[in-house]
Amino acid sequence: MSVEASTSMSADITTRVEVARRESGMPTPLVGMLLFIASEVMFFGGLFAAYFNARAAFVGEWGPPAPAPELEILPLALPLTVILLTSSLTMQLGVWAIRRGNQGAMRFWTAITLLLGISFVAGQLYDYTTLGFGISDGVFGTVFYTLTGFHGAHVFGGTVGLTILLARAIQGQFSARNHVAVEAISIYWHFVDVVWIALFTTLYFLR
Amino acid sequence: MATTTLEPRAETYRSSWVIDWLTTVDHKKIGVLYIVNSFLFFFAAGILALVIRSELAVPGLQFLDERTYNQAFTMHGTIMIFLFIVPVLSGFANYVVPLQLGAPDMAFPRINALSFWLLPLGGLLIFSGYLFGGAAAEGWTGYAPLSGGTYAAGVGTDLWLIGLTLVGTASILGAVNIIATVFKMRAPGMTLMRMPIFCWTVLVTAVLILLATPVLTAGLIALFIDRNYGGSFFDPTTGGQPILWQHIFWFFGHPEVYIVILPAMGVVSEILPVFSRKPLFGYRAFVFATIAIGLLSFSVWAHHMFTTGVVFLPFFAFMTALIAVPTGVKMFNWMATLWRGSISLTTPMLFALGFVTMFLIGGITGVMLSAPAVDFHLQDTYFVVGHLHYVFFGGSVFGVFAATYFWFPKITGRRLNERLGKVHFWIHFIGFNLAFFPMHPLGITGMPRRVSDYSPDAGWTLWNMASTAGAFMIAISVLPFLINVIATFINGERVGDDPWEANTLEWATSSPPPPYNFDKLPPIRSERPVFDLRHKHDVEHLSAEERP
Repeated sequence: MSVEASTSMSADITTRVEVARRESGMPTPLVGMLLFIASEVMFFGGLFAAYFNARAAFVGEWGPPAPAPELEILPLALPLTVILLTSSLTMQLGVWAIRRGNQGAMRFWTAITLLLGISFVAGQLYDYTTLGFGISDGVFGTVFYTLTGFHGAHVFGGTVGLTILLARAIQGQFSARNHVAVEAISIYWHFVDVVWIALFTTLYFLR
Repeated sequence: MATTTLEPRAETYRSSWVIDWLTTVDHKKIGVLYIVNSFLFFFAAGILALVIRSELAVPGLQFLDERTYNQAFTMHGTIMIFLFIVPVLSGFANYVVPLQLGAPDMAFPRINALSFWLLPLGGLLIFSGYLFGGAAAEGWTGYAPLSGGTYAAGVGTDLWLIGLTLVGTASILGAVNIIATVFKMRAPGMTLMRMPIFCWTVLVTAVLILLATPVLTAGLIALFIDRNYGGSFFDPTTGGQPILWQHIFWFFGHPEVYIVILPAMGVVSEILPVFSRKPLFGYRAFVFATIAIGLLSFSVWAHHMFTTGVVFLPFFAFMTALIAVPTGVKMFNWMATLWRGSISLTTPMLFALGFVTMFLIGGITGVMLSAPAVDFHLQDTYFVVGHLHYVFFGGSVFGVFAATYFWFPKITGRRLNERLGKVHFWIHFIGFNLAFFPMHPLGITGMPRRVSDYSPDAGWTLWNMASTAGAFMIAISVLPFLINVIATFINGERVGDDPWEANTLEWATSSPPPPYNFDKLPPIRSERPVFDLRHKHDVEHLSAEERP
């Protein structure tokens, strides 16, 4: 029965599958990136929950374990924050440039963003050597290094993305019409920036 | 044939089918890889179940010591949940969802291949603990401090953590892919409210995976840091809290229950209408019930922690009982679909009906456990083991077999033998109840879960014997299934493109479908486009207003 049924069906099929992808709305890679970032929000949410849980239950002075000095925003943490915030701006300048089709300006701003990102990671690694406590020095050390470490790893991941972006930009692969990778990486970069703002506020001010 | 193969065929320079399968980015081949890989892990974890049940058949330690017993139930639970039920349903989602949406493939085919290949890697890492001094042994829930460096010193738990992180990452990437596919790849005319129910349940499942699994990943990494780098997340001696692990684990773990059951509900909601010759009763109610279950699933995690004394009992008890409402709505959807239908008891239909009845029992015991007073009595007893197996096995696994019998003709072009299928179903159904029903009286009379031995004076021997006999019956029932699959694959009945006279778009293309799924699509004006196409002539004499 089924063979006959489907034979008679074939003549009736009318809609051609020419455009199965929906061209309207947000480009699919951006949808994918936003969904991925949603999962990242939950990942950092889990780590932040661990931080606040430890903070709420902690008995005694919350902060770096003695004899390590208190966390200070100077000379390093605040400048690194400024560097990362600036890099979000330069990233966006690159996006605006390529939306206008200005490949040269986009390359310039992407390179600056990459340099700022690398500076942040390098500065943070240097900062680790000066803090005077480690990941195994009590629960504060554990949450501090886990949170900042995973954030740093995400910045590093972003610099890898930026490097690929820059290499493709030098080959002239982006234009005003075709630059979805730039948009996707920029969203990720802004997200990493926002995580740092939350982290910086939590670790240095909300104590 | 509804469609012909694409011309010119997107054929390739490849000659070896091995290379072809290893490097494929076709959602159908990846779906088959998922399903085959999952069944291999199913058989491995099933053997562990037989080991556990053999040990428990009579009092005394016959085959294992406590240590190997702990490893056996830990690996059984971990592998069954993370490497069988979740991925096998992902496999069907991978195969079926793009076809049901009228799409040529998933939104990100290469990420799709990646999320599959992380699975066997993660699974083998988890199992490889056996090669390095013993696998993880603190239960699939990995409670701290049992899973900490003090009580689980071996490398098995580290391999378990790394393996689960990989499997979780695979799930997250798969969820991104499914959601993007649903929102960006639907065929013209396929509005959200015309999507097949299976796509809806898979969509909500993907959202749960996307939002719950990363929290588990954070917990797994925290535990790894505690064990290997001297961290203090879960170590009370240095300012940490073991209870934090339970919060993190169950914030993931309870949505996980719905990750496991929702796609199976979707499968059943595809099958019941086809073999009742009626549309699904209350499509919209079903969609909203699915969304409601998804939302509620994030507010009930602490019902696993009633006896810890640190959670607000009235809130979590109320929210947990509340989930019975949308679930009950679905029960009525299914019953009303069957009501006065023209029912044919094919094998997929039998498994779907098995799902509805067995899941109902698991759901009712779930509502019982949502009451703190009852939960305090039954926490960590065999009652909970019985409950979760009625949901996972009586629910999800029945759904998996229903899906296998239902879509096998689409995947291979050949229908599984009905007689062997019914033999499989009945041995499976009776064995299942024999294995898991006795766990309820065992739990009520106080038998704790995760023990390798019990007193001969406890009065538990008979029930345990029955349960072990049931477990072996389930194992035997797999034989007709395997014989059926192999024999059908080699020399089964060829049944054409739409053997069940079904409703959704996967039946509008050839069996098996061509590489890019469709050359042409039927018009999509309802959630049953293939039904509409088949009955097009029945409404031609009606005016536009009179048409349904």
